[in-house]
Amino acid sequence: MNRIEVRDLRVAYGDREVLHGVSFDLREKEILAIIGPAQSGKTSILRCLNRTLDFSPDARVSGAITVDGQLLDRHTDVEALRRKVGMVAPLPVGLPLSIYDNVAFAPRCAGISGRAELDATVEQCLRRAVLWDEVKDRLTISGTKLSGGQQQRLTLARALSHRPGILCLDEFSIAIDPVTTMRIEEVLRELRPELSIILVTNLTQQAKRLADRTMFLLKGEIVELADNGVIFSATPGDRRTFDYVNGKFG
Amino acid sequence: MNRFATTPLVQAKLRQEALASYAALGMLVCILLPLFGMVGDLVWQAAPSLTWQFLTTAPTHGMREGGVRPAFIGTLYLVTISLAVATPIGVLAAVYLTEYAQDTWFNRAVNIAVLNLAGVPSIVHALFGLGAFVYAAQLGYSILSASLTLAIMTMPVIIASTREALLSVPRSYREACWNLGASRWQTIRAIVLPNALSGILTGVILQVSRAAGETAPIMFTGAVFYKAIQPGTLLPYALDEQCMALSMHLYTLSTQTPGVAASIPNATAVLLLGLVFLVNSAAIGLRTFLRSRGK
Repeated sequence: MNRIEVRDLRVAYGDREVLHGVSFDLREKEILAIIGPAQSGKTSILRCLNRTLDFSPDARVSGAITVDGQLLDRHTDVEALRRKVGMVAPLPVGLPLSIYDNVAFAPRCAGISGRAELDATVEQCLRRAVLWDEVKDRLTISGTKLSGGQQQRLTLARALSHRPGILCLDEFSIAIDPVTTMRIEEVLRELRPELSIILVTNLTQQAKRLADRTMFLLKGEIVELADNGVIFSATPGDRRTFDYVNGKFG
Repeated sequence: MNRFATTPLVQAKLRQEALASYAALGMLVCILLPLFGMVGDLVWQAAPSLTWQFLTTAPTHGMREGGVRPAFIGTLYLVTISLAVATPIGVLAAVYLTEYAQDTWFNRAVNIAVLNLAGVPSIVHALFGLGAFVYAAQLGYSILSASLTLAIMTMPVIIASTREALLSVPRSYREACWNLGASRWQTIRAIVLPNALSGILTGVILQVSRAAGETAPIMFTGAVFYKAIQPGTLLPYALDEQCMALSMHLYTLSTQTPGVAASIPNATAVLLLGLVFLVNSAAIGLRTFLRSRGK
């Protein structure tokens, strides 16, 4: 069964339509990469999936999104949806709380208060985000004191803390060093058997390394969505895909 | 040739630099001289009356002798009650305006109205308090009426300063919380308010001095020339009574009472200044503490 089904999704900010009818599926336990130049609508798709677009008053959305068989509409419990669809934003954000509270924040919002359960969740998530060894002795210091790369792994740990079934990463490597990037990529490979992952990235090589399938989005339309073997071959379905992947534009 | 020798251009620049810094320093001196002169003169003139008894005894002999205890306690009453009313209402109103309200023409109008209200002269608030609390709400001339009038006067400023404090919390914090499935209120309670706290406190504390210093609003609604209170008790006033207040006391001593020794109004002024200074210092200390804890 598909985890997410998107049909004819259109998004407009005011009079400016940025997504012109996009349809795709996210399969069980795959990494789907979305590549494309700036302003092609990548982030808007993600913000529809976890409904944080609701916080932009001028945004207009039409089309249908189904998550785990549930159609998203105005009756959807958006907070439960956001726990199911985890999100890692482009810029690392250590919340001004202790490292422990950063990771325990989402479980607490969901009503979990048992100390033992929170302790276990915090350790497990920090371990998975390969941050545990660096911070295990100073869990009480503020998350804002960590370095940029550590904060991005903290963000990842936070996104895992509410046990999402789907994880969306929006250009997670834009502000961090290559070493941290490779470590997070390693984490994503380890998560693939458990999670379905959408990876929005500006780095076509990253999509090639990680993804099972890749979607090439251009100016709010899907140019091509296919297995990586096709997208990164010498003969993808569309000439523009080849040009973009090989750095001829964008 | 020395390539780093001063050219005429550099010399002109240095002259400008010196001129600008001395001009700025001169302006600072222009501000500091009258300030220190005024405070120094006040304290000098007040010296004969500045005793512990001045704070703990009531005025006697038609205000010409004795202390200011009823006025001092009255001011504490007015400031405490007015801010206890104005702070929660003002802060929550600001939370609504910044965190919940959509950007509509109505809410923009409300924001502008709040800013304008903050600039309304206190005598206008006094008249409003007289009509609204003393007559319409039938609270009479009382501590309650006077405190509510002061609360109405301070609230717009508290709303405005709280809004500034809330807006200074980065939006990325809010978005990170929303992404984690936190509701708006969970986000506000856990992240936004704690990080805006020092800014909110600063705004509230500034209003302490304003509430303690204004005369017109309380003169119209609950402060009196003289009121005898029981000596020795901590809370001598009932809320439906009238009270004395330092600002009002200073006004009556200076203009309504003949034959008062100069040291008494001066000492009253020093006490008022001291109270404001004390509260402001406490606020700065608290803010420093909160900031150091946040980092």
